[in-house]
Amino acid sequence: MKRELPRMITLVTGVFLALQYYVPHRSSAHMYETLMDWLIVVGIFAILLGIAGLVRQHLTKIQSRRENWPYSVALLTGLFGMVILGFWGQGLGSPFVTAYFTLLNPVQATMFAMLAFYIASAAYRAFRARTLLATILLLSAVLVMLGRVPLGELVWPPFSLGSLEIPGIAQISDWLINVPNLAAKRAIYVGLGLGGSATALKVVLGIEAPHLRG
Amino acid sequence: MPEAVLTTIAAFLTLCVLSFLYRENPFYRFAEHLAVGVSAGYWVVILYNQSFTAKVIVPLQEGNPLPILPCLLGLLLFTRFFSNISWISRIPMAYILGVGSGAAIPLMLQTFVLQQMHATMRPVGFGTETFINLLIMLGVICGIAYFFFSTRHTGAFGVATKVGIWTLMIGFGATFGFTVMGRVSLLLGRVNFLIEWVRMLFGGTAA
Amino acid sequence: MRWYEHLLNLDRRVLYALIFIAVLIPSLLPIGLPINISPEVENVFGRIDALEAGEIVLFPLEYDPSTAAELEPMAMAMLRHAFQKDLRVLACCLSPTGVTLVEDEIARVAAEYDREYGVDYVYLGYQPYPAIVIMTMGENFRTPFPLDYYGTALDDLPMMHGVRNYDDVALVFTVNATSGIDFWIIYGQGRYKFPLGLGSAAVMATNYYQYVQSGQLFGIISGLRGAAEYEILIDTEDPVAGRGMDVQSIAHALIVLFIVMGNITYFVDRRRRQQQEA
Repeated sequence: MKRELPRMITLVTGVFLALQYYVPHRSSAHMYETLMDWLIVVGIFAILLGIAGLVRQHLTKIQSRRENWPYSVALLTGLFGMVILGFWGQGLGSPFVTAYFTLLNPVQATMFAMLAFYIASAAYRAFRARTLLATILLLSAVLVMLGRVPLGELVWPPFSLGSLEIPGIAQISDWLINVPNLAAKRAIYVGLGLGGSATALKVVLGIEAPHLRG
Repeated sequence: MPEAVLTTIAAFLTLCVLSFLYRENPFYRFAEHLAVGVSAGYWVVILYNQSFTAKVIVPLQEGNPLPILPCLLGLLLFTRFFSNISWISRIPMAYILGVGSGAAIPLMLQTFVLQQMHATMRPVGFGTETFINLLIMLGVICGIAYFFFSTRHTGAFGVATKVGIWTLMIGFGATFGFTVMGRVSLLLGRVNFLIEWVRMLFGGTAA
Repeated sequence: MRWYEHLLNLDRRVLYALIFIAVLIPSLLPIGLPINISPEVENVFGRIDALEAGEIVLFPLEYDPSTAAELEPMAMAMLRHAFQKDLRVLACCLSPTGVTLVEDEIARVAAEYDREYGVDYVYLGYQPYPAIVIMTMGENFRTPFPLDYYGTALDDLPMMHGVRNYDDVALVFTVNATSGIDFWIIYGQGRYKFPLGLGSAAVMATNYYQYVQSGQLFGIISGLRGAAEYEILIDTEDPVAGRGMDVQSIAHALIVLFIVMGNITYFVDRRRRQQQEA
């Protein structure tokens, strides 16, 4: 019962949704809309579950005075502070929105901005043309990097050698993106599509049941 | 609170995060934890005001009791915290997985596989457009061949897989080039903010 | 220590400082390098420019502060173009921490063009599970969004009268930096077959050119470069992305230099080691 009931629910809902795509009847569409609508509501609780887990983890850390527990105080202060501010409304200019732009916006933006430093460091220390494959990757990267910026287009514009038209770096970069890159990504995504559909089918049929672990 | 003070707080937090580049330190950790908490709290408020109000509270106020059913399903998720009845949380999880997986099966096959294969099967030849179609077709076939590990990559198949991996490497190189562009854009955003903050400190308008 | 050993063991913080300077100096002292318009951006511009006044465009703006520096100029350019053409804008944000950011942007651009909320534009806000939201919008926008961001029923908004689902919008253009792009292609365009365009963060853009070739996307704009080109096409007064292209040029040149220098020092060191072993 503890394992069979969830498997049955996954099977029934999964098969219905899979077949519904091919059934344009009004009642099928209505059932589909209802199931999806309910999923959004269940999804709200799923997200709240994750946040409740976060609160529990950090409360435990504070109570047992584990290493770095003061940072958990900062985390929970931020969390409950935002919830309290939210009671005053979320319109532009409200304390809630001010806190968003003052506290969350700069930190989140800077976290990702730091990746520019890491990529520069990786370009110098790790990007080695050790093998033919690495060299192909590097050459492609350099051509695309320079082809996508005005400086590259200025330094290497298209030009003529007699009757021969030599493409500029921007045209070479565009060709790399629209031909070999396109083919490569299509090959990857076809594999993704086949694998994803197979996994989804395995979940619906109960062969794989990640929700039954633990 | 004056704009200048708010901007200075934002700049302080920006510098706290950037300090990680020198080495890990308490300022970075503080900013990181604060941001995690603030984003979780923000999400709770948005979920309540946007989703829960529209989908549960307003319909209930209008006399429609139907939203109670998905709410009960959602509440069952919280049984995870109680070990003797945690198995009940599998029921809403099963619903989420069933709906998501069922909808994905026909659509993933159609959009990621069938339509892509259809777009690959175009007239090939040695004209301007047909030669490009030929290169794309060969690249896709050889790229897919590379991921087939049930056969040894030797002989003619080995040549195809070699062409495949070269194609993949060009694709990854192009992605790296674009990634550099994306990351530099993000750093530019922060640098522009810090420039505006410094200008504000020396008498200009707040950022 | 030989020169290449110094370079091989260069402290990463020197590299960080160099890239910071490469971004800072052109920001303070713009060069003004010319930007050429690419066919891909021109294609998207032409598609939106061909729409008639009063038609509705759906703009799912799905990004948050972590990618706003790259996508905000693009989103603002798209919104400005839509309002210049007297199109009506329906927007949403399916990225949870970007909802307020997007609201602020739409309000600012709408104010520039003196547009009235509920008549000229509507902001739906956020609902969880983007895949489900995208699928249910295909049946009726009111299913995932019974109320707009401000708590008003969609039926009470003049712009939404007679607007039921994707069939009633001229096109959908998503400015996106999340896995939501795949959801829009699979669950949106794949199921409901509406014209879908993409404004993508550069880091993921290379994955989606295949969909333009297959016709699943009518066009793509990638990263800050795409935004800069679009700003030129709509003749914007404040080309934020355009100013950023000088910085991109210098930063890219520096990173190429890093790659070249890193490889030179590596090969010189490798050759020395091979000679020593021999």
